[in-house]
Amino acid sequence: MSFVEYGDTIKNGDTAIVFLGHESMFPVKVQHGNVTQTKYGVIRHSTDLIGKKYGSKVTCSKGGWVFILHPTPELWTMNLPHRTQILYSTDISIITMMLELKPGSIVCESGTGSGSLSHALIRTVAPTGHLYTVEFHQQRAEKAREEFREHGVEHLVTVTNQDVCKNGFGVSNIADAVFLDIPSPWEAIGHAKSALKAEGGRICSFSPCIEQVQRTCLAMEEYGFTELNTLEILLRVYNVRTISLQIPDLGKAAEDNSSTGFDSSNPSNQGSPCANLQQGAVQFKSGVPLREMVGHTGYLTFATKSLF
Amino acid sequence: MEDGPSLRSRIREGDCAVLKRDDVFKAVPVLRRRKIIFEKQWFYLDNAIGHVYGTTFEVTSGGNLQPKQEVEETNTETKEAGTDNRNIVDDGKSQKLTHDDIKALKDKGIKGQEIVQQLIENSTTFRDKTEFAQDKYIKKKKKKYEALITIVKPSTRILSTMYYAREPGKINHLRYDTLAQMLTLGNVRAGNKMIVMETCAGLVLGAVMERMGGYGSIIQMYPGGGPVRAATSCFGFPKGFFDNLHEFPLSKVDSLLSGTFSTETLPSEPEDNALADEESNGLTDEKQTSLQGTEEESTTEAAMEINQTEEQETMDINAEDVELKESKEKENKENVREKQRKQWERRKKLLETAALLREKNADGLIVASKFHPTPLLLALLEFVAPSRPFVVYCQYKEPLLECYTKLRERGGVINLKLSETWLRNYQVLPDRSHPKLTMSGGGGYLLSGITVVLDKGKSDSTNLEALKMEEPSSKRCKVQDLHC
Repeated sequence: MSFVEYGDTIKNGDTAIVFLGHESMFPVKVQHGNVTQTKYGVIRHSTDLIGKKYGSKVTCSKGGWVFILHPTPELWTMNLPHRTQILYSTDISIITMMLELKPGSIVCESGTGSGSLSHALIRTVAPTGHLYTVEFHQQRAEKAREEFREHGVEHLVTVTNQDVCKNGFGVSNIADAVFLDIPSPWEAIGHAKSALKAEGGRICSFSPCIEQVQRTCLAMEEYGFTELNTLEILLRVYNVRTISLQIPDLGKAAEDNSSTGFDSSNPSNQGSPCANLQQGAVQFKSGVPLREMVGHTGYLTFATKSLF
Repeated sequence: MEDGPSLRSRIREGDCAVLKRDDVFKAVPVLRRRKIIFEKQWFYLDNAIGHVYGTTFEVTSGGNLQPKQEVEETNTETKEAGTDNRNIVDDGKSQKLTHDDIKALKDKGIKGQEIVQQLIENSTTFRDKTEFAQDKYIKKKKKKYEALITIVKPSTRILSTMYYAREPGKINHLRYDTLAQMLTLGNVRAGNKMIVMETCAGLVLGAVMERMGGYGSIIQMYPGGGPVRAATSCFGFPKGFFDNLHEFPLSKVDSLLSGTFSTETLPSEPEDNALADEESNGLTDEKQTSLQGTEEESTTEAAMEINQTEEQETMDINAEDVELKESKEKENKENVREKQRKQWERRKKLLETAALLREKNADGLIVASKFHPTPLLLALLEFVAPSRPFVVYCQYKEPLLECYTKLRERGGVINLKLSETWLRNYQVLPDRSHPKLTMSGGGGYLLSGITVVLDKGKSDSTNLEALKMEEPSSKRCKVQDLHC
């Protein structure tokens, strides 16, 4: 396995995702002789994992079972050890598209943080592109390097431990895109501009507060960036439920005035409401929004470095 | 290699380019002496050839494009401004220039910038407006009179934004942020073997191709006689990107799955004709959309082409004047042979694609079509390897509810998620930041998940367990607590 290439079977040293069900999962480093405890019992790596196909059902010692999944940047984002606040896949998707990333792109990023976005960027620019990521926190920078090595993507990324606002990205005129997720992005716009190719490129800055966006936009304009566009993307997740609403008793005679018979064994009827006369209820399928959702992650400001 | 803009970033004849004016895009082929109509203006692209992508042009008289010079910020010398609008009355007489005056200015070929300046000078209320209102006034007038066109390189970002704004019906109202989600949820990247089923004019296919960068393979499942790739052609992909792009007719999926698929039953004569027809249709379709020009334009091109072929034909005839009859017979024979060769090639390709599908090891499935998603998913998931993501788009939520239920019954999938994204754009200006007044009402829904090994022996129990996993988390927690 690698984060940039699918493999069929689980091998020693792989990072695999143990899926317990309903958004409950965790990553595991597969190693001969190791064991992993789950609420369904023990998984023995040598016998239960190594050599098995990704996507297999693995029975644990207590008889319960889990699925073992091939790692992807998206699964990693959901399971990585947090060292900082991270970007989630919804924001990552729009960042990737709006920065026009593809195989071969050269990207600069700061800060590296927990590497959630980094993994997604590396996935997209592989096998011929490169990510230059800058993290001013030494421990975090080292931890990120270690993860990239473990995940088989170290050849696609350079981690630099310095302050991007003072020292920039350590490269100039080679990037197709720059991404900033730092507290004061306006201080790094000049460095971003010099990191981008002479012929132009795209930039994105992520900030939670509108005041930060304001200052960043001013700085971008000052440095001649064009096509400024600030947006926010919100993910709405729906639970699929069968809902049953009771029919009110209006005192009507119990004559059946609704001709639709209710067949509880036939779930294909969902969508069209069915009346259950015995229970006096109507059943239907619905996509129910979660009781609570993420209302704000950050504003994304995009711009283009143009020729002039 | 890095000395200045590379060759790739220059506008060349025959390129597919995108015109941009403010937030409006239009994809056009770069051809000499071709009239382009965009945003109520006409011009020729001849002068743009050789310039770097991203250059902004001004339309001058005679439809020529002139690269815009550095902005020489004409600071509106009158820095006077009012504080509020208590004394500004809308009497309709604040602009002293009449419609005819303005038209006369335009006819004289005066630069848009100067017209805007004249309008400001002749506005009696301009000085009383607040600084912000003045700003807004200038912006509005600039937009109207300063015709600046930027020529940009096509990308998924630009084309998906363009299609959503111009022709949402052709892409099933798939908004660009939703497309972005699909590419990420589907883990689309170089080296994958992807299955794509779309009726979005080839936009989704193009987006997948861009993300794969020519590495790996794509199998496009198509309804009817052939795949539509009008939007795909706007991307201007290099030829190599098409080497590993395969297509397979949706109508043969069932026979492939049941093992009755064979080429014997395939391109029988009528079908072959149909295919040929569709192919030519596809081509014209492609041209029309990529040009998106007026009818006048496309007819001139068609005419040009016809002229060429006629010339060739007459030349041939002249050369073989004497043995006209013989040559004609020969030609007929050659035609038949050519047809057979094409048919054989098509059959070979189809067999290759069928073999690729039969391996049942695809790395992902992307569906975005006008059809009901359930039957597509139930059939096409068979070709996907375990532990791979799939994403299905639908303009409406209800079919995805059914699809969700059916997939649970089938088993072999986990982490099913029904979602939608909202996109909100902001105006960011000093002291005037707020969400934009209007936002898109809907950009469609996605159902995504991950395949797992399908436990065929005891599918009943898997169902039960899968359904159990769907129960509200509070209930499950209790069960887990008991276990521990």
